[in-house]
Amino acid sequence: MSETLIYDYTMPGGHHWSFRMRRGTRLRLTDLEGGANAALLFYNPENLLERYNAPDTLKGQHTFKLTRGNCLYSDMGRCFASVIEDSFGWHDTVCGNLSADACLKKYGEHSYQAFRNGWFLSGEASFLTELAKYGLTERDMAANLNLFSKVYTDEAGNLAYDPSASKPGAQVVLRFDMDTLVLMHTCPHPLNPASAYPRHPVKVEFLTGPAMTEDDYCLNFRPENRRALENTRLYYLDPAISPTVAYQNP
Amino acid sequence: MIRESQRQMLAAHFRQVIPAGDYFIHKIRAGDTFRILDLEGNQAADTLFYNADDPAERYSAVDTVRENGNVYLTAGTLLMSNRGNPMLEIVADTCGRHDTLGGACASESNTVRYALDKRCMHSCRDSWMLAINRHEEFGLSKRDITHNINFFMNVPVTAEGGLTFEDGISGAGKYVELEAKMDITVLISNCPQLNNPCNGYNPTPIEVAVWSQ
Repeated sequence: MSETLIYDYTMPGGHHWSFRMRRGTRLRLTDLEGGANAALLFYNPENLLERYNAPDTLKGQHTFKLTRGNCLYSDMGRCFASVIEDSFGWHDTVCGNLSADACLKKYGEHSYQAFRNGWFLSGEASFLTELAKYGLTERDMAANLNLFSKVYTDEAGNLAYDPSASKPGAQVVLRFDMDTLVLMHTCPHPLNPASAYPRHPVKVEFLTGPAMTEDDYCLNFRPENRRALENTRLYYLDPAISPTVAYQNP
Repeated sequence: MIRESQRQMLAAHFRQVIPAGDYFIHKIRAGDTFRILDLEGNQAADTLFYNADDPAERYSAVDTVRENGNVYLTAGTLLMSNRGNPMLEIVADTCGRHDTLGGACASESNTVRYALDKRCMHSCRDSWMLAINRHEEFGLSKRDITHNINFFMNVPVTAEGGLTFEDGISGAGKYVELEAKMDITVLISNCPQLNNPCNGYNPTPIEVAVWSQ
């Protein structure tokens, strides 16, 4: 069984959205022009207290960057999604969002009243808006992913954003290993040095695809991933929780 | 950066020893100075801070590393809230570096990091769960348990984007001292982790002290 495209949408830069991914389905994101930032947060729709956990994801895989092979862990020892393809190579999950205040200071006033959909929206306001739709608040806003944004450190721990990492056509594919509520925005990364509000579209595609097999790259990338995916399998042992069978016991 | 303090433990108006595997929850007032002392060395103190009047405002690891431009915490670092306000400033530090990337151990993440049968080992997030249920007066729930600071823990980031766990750079008697910029609720789990060198495989007590303005 190969991948089948079931939906596609080009999300403009500087906007927000939320949607649910069924386990076994894939999310393919493409930075069409270069310079995009795709910020994501994950929640378990059956228990919104279970959410993406950046520190567990990083320390569990002994990495500061995210790329192909990495699993994106929940705070309950499970795997929301696996990065099964990635042509970008170094995604950030420690810099959070540009706040509304910082957005105003950095890019100036660009209100909805004056600019309609061309307003300057912050990532923080975007996530707060989407969180509210599920009864969630700023208390539930965890550290997010910033896909297509590379942030690295020097020996002293100083952070730097690498604008040269941006590549038009860069693509990431996430395979969802759990049913997942996805919050997404395409607002600028907080460390993006561009002087004008960067507004770059991200192509969003939903695909179905084959179930994970024993030779799966993410499953075998690190022993921790195998255990997180085993915890995920355990969660779905009760067919009443979810009738979909997208993951077989390796 | 090493910066020593002139404060004397005997002059503190509050002192408490926290054994390994225990939690500590306490309010400190704006202007107070709060010290965490690594009594025997190599211990990790997993710490969260909240605005005492509104716990929806809390320590934010991502805002702190981004606004300070550095992934390590030390003297001079301002600890930022999720609303972009300075909550505390590290005013003294005899250890030199503290981690805020690695997060806290949990029963669930122990199964992932070490082995599936480690589920029943005690963990920092379990300590926090007990703390928030035993102390409902602080108004905290699981949604408030976020990305924390690991005082005395050494988690270097490499130029290649790796994250490594090193034996601690702390030692017996090392401390970190913070000045509160607002009324603060402090929640600490004194780490019981037995599986990695964050506390030298030997969890030991810490002591906290508070000086009033």
